[in-house]
Amino acid sequence: MIIQKEMIAGLFKDLASVKESGKKVVYTFIPGNLSELIRSFDMLPVYPEINALQSGMRKKSGEFIREAERHGHSEDVCTYVKCDVGMMIKGNIGPTGEKLPDPDLLLLSYTGCFTFMKWFETLERLYPGVPVALIQSPYQEDATITPEMTEYMVKQLKEEVIPKMEEVSGQKFDEEKLKGILKLSAEAEDWIVKIFDSTKHRPSPIDAYFAGVYYIGPINIGFRGTQEAVDYYKELYKEVQERIAKGLGPITPEGVMKEEKFRLVVEGPPNWTSFREFWKLFYDRGAVIVASSYTKVGGVYDYGFRHDSEHPLETLAEYCMNCYTNLNLPQRINLLEKCITEYHADGYLTNSIKSCNSFAAGQLMMMRELEERLEIPVGFIETDLVDPRYFSYSNIKNRLESFFEMLEQRLLIEQD
Amino acid sequence: MKSLESIVERCTELAFDLNFTHAKEWKAEEEGRVLVGYMPVYIPREIIHAVNGLAVGIMGAGDRKQIIKGDAYYQSYICHIPRGIIEMALDDNLNDFDGFIFPAICDVIRNLSGMFKVIQKGTFVKYLDLPQNFQSHIGGEFYHKEMEHILEYIEKINGARVTTEKLNHSIELFNHNRRLLEMIYDLRQKYPWRMTNVDLYHIVRAGQVIPVEEHNEILEAVHDHLQKDIGVKQDRIKVVVSGSFCEQPPVGLIKSIEMAGCYVVDDDFMIGSRWIQGDVDDASGNPLKALAEAYISRSPFSSSVYDVDNPKEGRLADLVKKRKADGVIFAAPSFCDPALLDSPILQKGCDDRKIRYIGIQYSENTGQFKVIKEQVGAFSDSIKLWEDEPVAV
Repeated sequence: MIIQKEMIAGLFKDLASVKESGKKVVYTFIPGNLSELIRSFDMLPVYPEINALQSGMRKKSGEFIREAERHGHSEDVCTYVKCDVGMMIKGNIGPTGEKLPDPDLLLLSYTGCFTFMKWFETLERLYPGVPVALIQSPYQEDATITPEMTEYMVKQLKEEVIPKMEEVSGQKFDEEKLKGILKLSAEAEDWIVKIFDSTKHRPSPIDAYFAGVYYIGPINIGFRGTQEAVDYYKELYKEVQERIAKGLGPITPEGVMKEEKFRLVVEGPPNWTSFREFWKLFYDRGAVIVASSYTKVGGVYDYGFRHDSEHPLETLAEYCMNCYTNLNLPQRINLLEKCITEYHADGYLTNSIKSCNSFAAGQLMMMRELEERLEIPVGFIETDLVDPRYFSYSNIKNRLESFFEMLEQRLLIEQD
Repeated sequence: MKSLESIVERCTELAFDLNFTHAKEWKAEEEGRVLVGYMPVYIPREIIHAVNGLAVGIMGAGDRKQIIKGDAYYQSYICHIPRGIIEMALDDNLNDFDGFIFPAICDVIRNLSGMFKVIQKGTFVKYLDLPQNFQSHIGGEFYHKEMEHILEYIEKINGARVTTEKLNHSIELFNHNRRLLEMIYDLRQKYPWRMTNVDLYHIVRAGQVIPVEEHNEILEAVHDHLQKDIGVKQDRIKVVVSGSFCEQPPVGLIKSIEMAGCYVVDDDFMIGSRWIQGDVDDASGNPLKALAEAYISRSPFSSSVYDVDNPKEGRLADLVKKRKADGVIFAAPSFCDPALLDSPILQKGCDDRKIRYIGIQYSENTGQFKVIKEQVGAFSDSIKLWEDEPVAV
């Protein structure tokens, strides 16, 4: 955790000092992020949705959202967008308290979320004149990536994205440099898969949702493709192995979880505004999350995908199309079924996010389908990403209590 | 020639026949015909037509069907249109359809395509990934292949092989359809009292569920009627309605806007039927390429189209100017991310250009319009009373 915090703090420090370093800044998104390509041009990434979730965790998002609503944004729409817009209107002060630099390039790599496109249309108007590069990731509508889909993305990379990066950074595209970065990406991906696979153990040494969001931090926010990330994941893996050897459960904000009573798979992003209270509702009852779809939003590595340095542009394309929300519903159901089965989950929980249609639309059918296929107890709660008005502690607690009681009953029956 | 009243009456029946009886009868008339349902906003209906198919618009259940199962599939904070569509799919409404196309518009419609796959409705379910790259050799080529996929699906069902001649013929028919629609909109701009917007809505919506040949006959007759001096001019303002491109407003809402003192001279209710601006080349040796080119270079502004090189606020202002409208009514469905995220952009564009506007939200099954009527009435009055003061309401 310390290493992770230092890495992220370092990124924000680098961002705060771009005037001195002369580095160019790229605003982009997590799902389908082209971290390796950005890094190959020595540019720095800013992820608006990370700023939004950080604002949520720091209890600042409510104010930013209200500011955006004062500027005409509807109550009904994505709160990440509103939080980000509100933050910009109020001076674009980042999570560390320092002003974030304006973008030199707006890189719209939108994967699995249509709202990203709308978000960038808003950003373009907030930063008039900043070059925009768009890359569309075709949806895996037929549960596959066809050669045409890859070809379409590679063409966009070659003719849209790379030329704009060259123009903004003043550097020529260096394929060999990119290949070197991609090798390190694949290495980090190997490690993270091993780490998340550790939840097969009983007790699970990690929580793959609440702690999982910290673990995916480096690989998702620009460190994929660095030696730092590889070292971080190696160290984390070592720590996880030690926990397994000692038979320890996951670490929570209040220390090691004492008893593992329930093993859950969770679908949907977490709530950020009351993250700690939310997490506590689980660990207080001995519930550990053994897998979550949210930790796959920045890349699905479960089926063996790794960045392939021998085909640099094709692999970037394939990575983008492989992110969780770019999978069609049957693929998502199959992936969750695999998680439930392989990680021996006792229950399946949907955390439905009020303002995230990319996840929410279809979740009820997915839940029903998994319940039918696996005869597993399912639970359903509703929160929001960063709008504190939509986190109702008592409602969520009541629903979770009922869910845990149901799981308890089921486990008793199974023991009998 | 049939009277305008009887045409409107027939179109009203067709537009809201949620069993799609006419389309199913058409299919039953001849072996090898296929029905392909499509969701808003736009698909190239020409290619379905060219392979002995009928593209049928599934524009939601509106306020015509009680939603029971649909609500169990969607959380309260998701728009209404998918509830009606899944309800129709789970009931018998969509039986006899061979396939379904879900064009890229938003995350909800995209995920609905997956739901149709899960419930295994139809022989094929195709999410049509419309390109957001507007270069012919990049986005255009990708779109070309997307159209080929659709043709392959249909060929597997009825064995129909597409030919250049057939495609060009279909393009010609749809060009004629779009031209007629444009002529009717032009006539209504000049003489909006000759036909209500509600009647026009039914006529356009009927075109989503019947063969284009039949719709062209209807539109020709309507066009002839509208050239006559009919109706009584009233003291109303002219407005453009924007934001209703996917989930359709209830007819009561359109009526309320009119009754509150507005002539709706342009709208995006059925924008898919008027999507391509101008004709598609119908004499090309590569008609799919011609369709792709038309999409790439002549799509309208829309919340489903990324607008980096052609800002939508300017295009809305151009439309207001072209239609000589007094203002804009932004009518967006609740929980519609594309429309609602566009609203601040479009409204600022109106502010900057001193175009007056008002914003309302609805759901396809909204039943109460009193507040909306009062709001629109105040807007209309403000323009009539303070015409020279360019202040947004």
